[in-house]
Amino acid sequence: MELLITRYIQLQDRRVSLNGIVEYVSEVESVDKLFRSVYRHYDIDYPKFFKMDNLCKLAFLSAEIILRGTDIPQKYPGEEIGIILENASSSLEYDRKHMESIRDGNRYFPSPSVFVYTIPNIMVAEIAIRHEVKGENAVFILEQFGPGFIHHYVSELFGNQQVSCCLSGWVECYGDHYQSFLFIIEQEDKIKGYKGLQEYVIFDTANMEKLFKGKPI
Amino acid sequence: MIEDLILKLKKEIIDQLQLEGMTPEEVDPEAPLFGEEGLGLDSIDVLELVVLLDKNYGIKIRAAPKEGPKIFYSIKTIAEYILDQQKK
Repeated sequence: MELLITRYIQLQDRRVSLNGIVEYVSEVESVDKLFRSVYRHYDIDYPKFFKMDNLCKLAFLSAEIILRGTDIPQKYPGEEIGIILENASSSLEYDRKHMESIRDGNRYFPSPSVFVYTIPNIMVAEIAIRHEVKGENAVFILEQFGPGFIHHYVSELFGNQQVSCCLSGWVECYGDHYQSFLFIIEQEDKIKGYKGLQEYVIFDTANMEKLFKGKPI
Repeated sequence: MIEDLILKLKKEIIDQLQLEGMTPEEVDPEAPLFGEEGLGLDSIDVLELVVLLDKNYGIKIRAAPKEGPKIFYSIKTIAEYILDQQKK
């Protein structure tokens, strides 16, 4: 059974691209303002967004936009949708922020709302809560985007029938650097009105690498 | 006195809990902080309020955990609790 990338999104360099087409370009420079401008552009209504750290904001926005207009949440039970992500910096930004709050014993006031983001898996949790996803999930820390690892891991999940659909990719955010590349993987026979490969991308290492670098398939 | 404290608390809570787009004027001091009627705060937020009282007012809530739901019912009940503690 062929596994296909049915949709993909990139949020980097102040741009949001869906399936390779630029949908939104922001004029703002700072990461904070950029994520807010994307949130507003897509008219998202989820006040908890503003409490998230930037890593979660990036993951949340990417998932929100890629899933918008799809029938994924209706088509698959939550238990059959997986989320498998990679990044390089883990949750280092908030790890440091938390460390600063506990460095001075005389002003020892760790913030619960900072501490809760000192684990990268929280970005999976934010997506899962929003979209009622309950399937297999994991975040792996790699030096750089590892399509080979994703291919191996996600193929195993499909092969073992642990997932019927998977949201996967790279979500990296540290300081001024941010980059997300998410994609949805589905089985060929589960795609309604499937008309052939011309509309989708075969889920393999080479294709993921090309999409990640913005090269044609 | 309590009105000044309520206004200060509103500003601190909006800032600390990152309640985007909300102004002190919009916050009803007697509305419940939790649940759909009021500010809709969650369990992490209440921990943040506990830290706020410790950091800004020197009040440690852990000494009276059973009183939590009453203390944190609304901004007004928090203000009353702070004034009560400051008298001791």
